[in-house]
Amino acid sequence: MIGYIFRRILATVPVMGVVALFVFLMLRLSPGDPAAVIAGDYATAEDIIRIREQLGLNEPIVVQFVTWIGSLLQGDLGISIFTNLPVTTLIGQRLEPTISLTLTTIIFTVVVAVPLGTLAAWKSGSLIDRFVMLFSVGGFSVPVFVLGYIMIYVISMELRWLPVQGYKSIFDGVWPFVRHIILPTLTLSVIFIALVSRMTRASVMEVLQEDYVRTARAKGQSELKVLLRHALRNAAVPIVTVIGLGIALLIGGVVVTESVYNIPGLGRLVLDAILKRDYPIIQGLILLFSFVYILINLLIDLSYCFFDPRIRY
Amino acid sequence: MSRDDAKRTDTSVLSIRGLTVRLPEGADRDFAVEDVSFEVGAGEIVCVVGESGSGKSVTAHTVMGLIPRKDLTPVAGEVLLQGDELLTKSETQLRALRGERMAMIFQEPMTALNPVMKVGDQIAEMLEIHSPMSAQERNTRVLEVMQDVNLPEPEQLFHSYPHQLSGGQRQRIMIAMALALEPGLLIADEPTTALDVTTQAQILELIKDIQRRHGTGVMFITHDFGVVAEIADRVIVMQHGKVVEQGAAAEVIGSPQHPYTRMLMASVPSLTPPAREAVDVERPALTARNLNKTYGSLGWFKRGREVHAAQNVELVVHRGETLGVVGESGSGKSTVARCIVRLIDPTAGEIMIAGNNIAGLGERALRPYRRDVQIVFQDPYRSLNPRRTVGQSIVEGPMNFGLTKQDAIVRARDLMNVVGLSPDALERFPHQFSGGQRQRICIARALAMEPKVLIADEAVSALDVSVQAQVLELLDDVRQRFDLAMLFITHDLRVAAQVCDRIMVMQRGVVVEQGRTAEVYASPSHAYTKSLLAAAPGRNTTFGAAAE
Repeated sequence: MIGYIFRRILATVPVMGVVALFVFLMLRLSPGDPAAVIAGDYATAEDIIRIREQLGLNEPIVVQFVTWIGSLLQGDLGISIFTNLPVTTLIGQRLEPTISLTLTTIIFTVVVAVPLGTLAAWKSGSLIDRFVMLFSVGGFSVPVFVLGYIMIYVISMELRWLPVQGYKSIFDGVWPFVRHIILPTLTLSVIFIALVSRMTRASVMEVLQEDYVRTARAKGQSELKVLLRHALRNAAVPIVTVIGLGIALLIGGVVVTESVYNIPGLGRLVLDAILKRDYPIIQGLILLFSFVYILINLLIDLSYCFFDPRIRY
Repeated sequence: MSRDDAKRTDTSVLSIRGLTVRLPEGADRDFAVEDVSFEVGAGEIVCVVGESGSGKSVTAHTVMGLIPRKDLTPVAGEVLLQGDELLTKSETQLRALRGERMAMIFQEPMTALNPVMKVGDQIAEMLEIHSPMSAQERNTRVLEVMQDVNLPEPEQLFHSYPHQLSGGQRQRIMIAMALALEPGLLIADEPTTALDVTTQAQILELIKDIQRRHGTGVMFITHDFGVVAEIADRVIVMQHGKVVEQGAAAEVIGSPQHPYTRMLMASVPSLTPPAREAVDVERPALTARNLNKTYGSLGWFKRGREVHAAQNVELVVHRGETLGVVGESGSGKSTVARCIVRLIDPTAGEIMIAGNNIAGLGERALRPYRRDVQIVFQDPYRSLNPRRTVGQSIVEGPMNFGLTKQDAIVRARDLMNVVGLSPDALERFPHQFSGGQRQRICIARALAMEPKVLIADEAVSALDVSVQAQVLELLDDVRQRFDLAMLFITHDLRVAAQVCDRIMVMQRGVVVEQGRTAEVYASPSHAYTKSLLAAAPGRNTTFGAAAE
């Protein structure tokens, strides 16, 4: 087990290496001269040359790569071109809102989607089941930004129940935090709930056909315990897998949601950096997202052992 | 809840009277079970015998209240458990009785246990549901019942998961669970069908022993008259949802009255091999020399464990001959078959077909030989593609080897006649056929390739006895007609006795005995062969001796 974790972490090194190479080449292979873009429309030829030298773009590409990797290993993601601040500092400033939004979304999704899917499987073919399936098709079909604006219009502007936009840190008080995070969480969760509840339904339905569920009923076990103790844990592996994959989808959703609700998180940072071609920031964020994704995959694989004792690494 | 009935039935644990259960509309008959009546007394083992579709499982599940009542509705009759009417009980009331006063064990002990729960906890759950015991008391009781079913080292096994136990141990856990609260009625639904013969013998012994000690009434469902002969006090024979015959075991077995009972018994293959014509040993079709298959994993940090699935296997099958490979699960018999078909690659050794060694050939070089060896698998429900017509399944192989579609269809139609099906059925899909018919289709599919060697891997094990007999006859017929060399793989010594010219006995990957069928059965030389023969259920019984 420990050996397995060690090997898995070791295996992330080449993956991160490939990601790093891709990220590095992205700047060099994209159309247009980065130095010219950074300098802006009114820059003189001298300005462009100065910026190019400042960024080391005159060096041979291999030298550039080695220098870049070297600073990367020391935790240096470079300096933002527009703000002149270290990328790590910028990311650090924006980390909290995004982590909050992602966590509330995951928790809310699991709390809603797993019971919903289980219920649909248990009562498959019933009205509840059809409602869940309908919701799930709807959830997939509505774009995040449409849903976001509808919710802002109805709940915040018409009913005036919640603030329209913005973000308050949890360290500035729980209640303001909750009031501001509710709508973004709902918006971001819908597609995720659709995905997870569907998977839960399919997985639990399959498990409910199994012989050991019949055995549990033959023991005289109550339906609730049959579902919780016997069905759900056996159905867990595909559910956990899809939750993990969903987190990757969330990263895309976070960018849109943060824009809609004007939340100063990583999503907004990405968007601004792309619009301004602030390459060091884009590179830093891609590396961060890749690393998080690899880490989540590892955690999912390890969680299999917890849910199913037959799986041993 | 006091009823007059209670006094009347105090010797019967279970009393079923005129039970009729309606099937949902669109089924092939109106009632799953019709006017069924029988009793199970305390301390009595009643065997309910019948083939698939006879209604024996529906009856059992109705007693337990485990059928969806909206699909299978009991419309008449009564089911009394120790005097209490079950059919009018609510789901909650039934739940309280299940496990406490009636318990059930199932056919497949691997799938009947929750794979992610420790077996000790699964037994304890029974006590948790029905008794006010503390966790401490529960654990003590669990260890007690585990000891009672002769499980070794209960303290250790308590914390094991089902996949860490053998098939026999799993079934013992199921029995321990069922008996934890000493219910009056135990329903056993084919509890030994999925087990090896030697394990089967032990489990049957255990059920008899426990039932005797605790005075439990046992309703034992089986399709196997061998098992009936071993265990039954009384026998109920069911066909198409009706009881056609019932009586004391000795009477029913000794002089069956109903034609269906007689047919069932006549279909039980005898353990005495019939005389067979001598085989021309000058024409070997398949020779395996020194065949080995080793499974092993290469670890990064530690050396992988090696499993020798087949070790130095030597065999020859001549044209027109049937070689039986018998053994229990894990004996390596299927590994040998799969190596010969090259579904898996042998680790070492030679496989000679028509003078060519195909053991080490690459996929491309192997292709011309693929058609020479064909295989029929155990489960006809899963070995045909459900989304293709049987005609498409049959013509695919010959067309891969260059036959035109027209010619392939002509051949398929001929073969449907050979296997006893209408050629017009080629347009139909597998689900429109019964299990026996599907196995005939699988045989036709294999024959369409015009093979020299036909391998039947447990080809009749999933079939009802009466169907089994017909398929065995068919296999013997095509062997003669097409001059095939047949490798017949089975765990069933009765079946092997009937169709094999020679027998090869395997244990843990090694061939322990080989010889002419009649000689091996008459005087087995290896201890393992002897124990297999000794464990065959009903070996001392001649079925239907007094009939006709």
